[in-house]
Amino acid sequence: MEIYKADVVIVGGGGAGLRAAIAVAESDPKLKIALVSKVYPMRSHTVAAEGGAAGVKKPTDSLDYHFHDTVGGGDWLCEQDVVEYFVKQAPIELTQLEHWGCPWSRTEDGHVNVRAFGGMKIERTWFAADKSGFHILHTLFQTSIKYPSIKRFDEYFCVDLLEEDGRCQGIVAIQMGTGEFTMIEGKSVIIATGGAGRVFRESTLGGIVTGDGMALAYRHGVALRDMEFVQYHPTCMPITGLLFTEACRGEGGYLVNKDGYRYLQDYGLGPLQDKPKNKYMELGPRDRLSQAFWYEKQKGRTIEHPVLGSVVHLDLRHLGEAYLRERLPLIYEMAETFMGIDPAKEMIPVRAGVHYTMGGIKVDGKCAASLPGLYAIGECSSVGIHGANRLGSNSLTEIVVFGKLAGDEAAKNARTVAPGNSASLLKQAQAIEERIMALKTKTGGTERISVIRKEMAQSMEDGCGIFRTESTMQATCDKLAELRERFKNINLDDKSSVWNTDWLMAVELDYQLDVAQTMAHSAINRKESRGAHQRLDGPNEAYKQRDDVNFLKHSEAYYVPGSAPRITLGDVKITKSQPEVRAYGAAGEKADAERKASHV
Amino acid sequence: MSETQKIIEIEILRYKPESDEAPHSELYKVPFTDDMSVLQGAQYIKDNFDGSLTFRWSCRMAICGSCGMMINGIPKLSCETFIRDYYPNRISIEAMANFPIEKDLVVDLSGFIEKLESIQPYIIPKEPRTLEQGEYLQSPEEFNKYIKFTSCINCTLCYAACPQVGLNPDFIGPAAMALLHRYNMDSRDGGSAQRMELVASEEGVYNCSAVGYCSEVCPKHVDPGNAVNINKMNAAKDYFLRFLSPKGGSK
Repeated sequence: MEIYKADVVIVGGGGAGLRAAIAVAESDPKLKIALVSKVYPMRSHTVAAEGGAAGVKKPTDSLDYHFHDTVGGGDWLCEQDVVEYFVKQAPIELTQLEHWGCPWSRTEDGHVNVRAFGGMKIERTWFAADKSGFHILHTLFQTSIKYPSIKRFDEYFCVDLLEEDGRCQGIVAIQMGTGEFTMIEGKSVIIATGGAGRVFRESTLGGIVTGDGMALAYRHGVALRDMEFVQYHPTCMPITGLLFTEACRGEGGYLVNKDGYRYLQDYGLGPLQDKPKNKYMELGPRDRLSQAFWYEKQKGRTIEHPVLGSVVHLDLRHLGEAYLRERLPLIYEMAETFMGIDPAKEMIPVRAGVHYTMGGIKVDGKCAASLPGLYAIGECSSVGIHGANRLGSNSLTEIVVFGKLAGDEAAKNARTVAPGNSASLLKQAQAIEERIMALKTKTGGTERISVIRKEMAQSMEDGCGIFRTESTMQATCDKLAELRERFKNINLDDKSSVWNTDWLMAVELDYQLDVAQTMAHSAINRKESRGAHQRLDGPNEAYKQRDDVNFLKHSEAYYVPGSAPRITLGDVKITKSQPEVRAYGAAGEKADAERKASHV
Repeated sequence: MSETQKIIEIEILRYKPESDEAPHSELYKVPFTDDMSVLQGAQYIKDNFDGSLTFRWSCRMAICGSCGMMINGIPKLSCETFIRDYYPNRISIEAMANFPIEKDLVVDLSGFIEKLESIQPYIIPKEPRTLEQGEYLQSPEEFNKYIKFTSCINCTLCYAACPQVGLNPDFIGPAAMALLHRYNMDSRDGGSAQRMELVASEEGVYNCSAVGYCSEVCPKHVDPGNAVNINKMNAAKDYFLRFLSPKGGSK
């Protein structure tokens, strides 16, 4: 087995991992950094983020506004002290990206421009046309090349963490091109592996978004927090799930049903606005918009497309071709290439699709997990800023704000901790190698991994979709238990060493089944509706309401070998924003005014 | 599967280095719908017929740059190439040209990555600025000078298209040259003198024979051929300036 000794190991080379690597390199050039990714860093799914990154920019805006939008948007399930840190660091980190060359779109006078986004009171979303994630990722990747202390392990697939003396001390990875195992020792390990949305069927996500890091931490006893909160994005391409950014609406796009009616006015987001108005209509938060789609479908007011199924229309026609080409060039190309639609002339059929995992590896405000030496950042983590529903454009900011913080913290830790016992770590690594190899070499199985994967994804959609009930969630929990059993009986077509993606996808499926279980079991345990977790059941349909008495709590899922997760509830940190009725549109404005009056 | 289900023939050049002496073709018959991409065709084969079929992919929306391959002899992103456009004819898929094959459709990209790293693809500040001073200002004119060259997704289709990369693997190539040009053109950057040495070197722009196929296959309209040719002129200008100024050109 190859052995590499680093000071800080980072698993995941997307925006968060790259930002952390740069932070470690800048804080101490002597520290050896191993940046491990199962794809070349610029393939990471940060690349697909479109709309932009939130950070206070305008003189009319304030950190307090960003704080309240985020906490209210998260239905008060946020760690408020962490949100406060986040909104304060946001503009600094976004400016840092500018200094590194990120081509943020500009105003005529040369300053960085900002656009409107859902659930945000003031325009504060920094954007690079509609390829913000792409530009952030490439800027960070290219900047990282400047630092010789960052050693990349591109196309290395992480299969386990090394834990010794109660600390995380490294990882084991497969070099994908050879199938050889490598042990990478580290005094600090940062997980930055992104979300897990591919456990669902119709999603905006790339094939690599399989929750690897979440499952790894979970199996080492770290809680996965708030996993029931899975964001449906309201405007996705039917069947493929590809994303039409929220910026389509931020720039003035409409959502209409089969009668050409802007139906959002019926769901507490009105009254109707001609021009985009913050927190009204199409600029409401994602959970509310996705739920409105579901209701329209129940009412028979969606368009029933013979091939695509139930859809509503995203209408961008009134924005004109020139404006669309400037502000939404990727969206324009996607509509043309993938759907044969000219969005300046025709409406785009869309529906809600899975987009983001609000929950993740439970970490404190400094990105540290309960296992000493282990940190987590970005979508795989739950640092506490998204609560029950993430506001669009907060997550691109999250990866740089907490990437920087985790890098600094991991560097500090690496300077104080003594090196581990290499011999006993190697013994562990060899046992891990044997276990992972057995998945490939075993014979006599009958199950295809693609079949199990599809059944899992369908079951998650059926049971843990936009609206949930006890019976549908129970069916999903049962199905996942069945699939866990059947997974033991898999058989791989590919038994070779070089680039064996059949094998690696089996390891991924193993991760996905664990993560799916934490989602379904956390969901069935939460007997209320909050943010992205909406129920239709309960005695007298009581679970349709938010229940702050019993459930103003985080869910925490703990690993139980060979069984479903154990779910507990944990406290939420509330500092200056007490839970209120979550209102948007005119109702939201009225509530804001009343709050202001009562505080004076 | 209904009786009216359309079937496309997909021929794939397979290569398993541990058991095959040379690449060979295999033919698959894949049921498809009109919205299916060639990538989805390959995924269908992997899921249903042969799990050992190996290819890179991720985003499915032509932005991650993973899924380039030769489709009927032309370098393309398989996620945005549609089966319906070939039917009823056969689709033939191979790994990207001009790269060593590792397995099936997976090629060795390490050479490309080294080229990318060699061009100092980061801002070398002309005037350092602290975060407290806020962002650099960029006028629309300054912005437009470089923005087009930021769109490269590193899919390497232009390398698969370039006849000179085929002849001289050390040629820095279109995408890396476009990225170099992107930083040289950025008003925040002051590193062009350093980078120009590479432009004019043996691996540099003079390898280009101006065929322009790189720009034709570029899925993001970066026009790397244009970047290479602008730098030919810059390098030539630089060469003559060396005779006129004791400090050399590119300042």
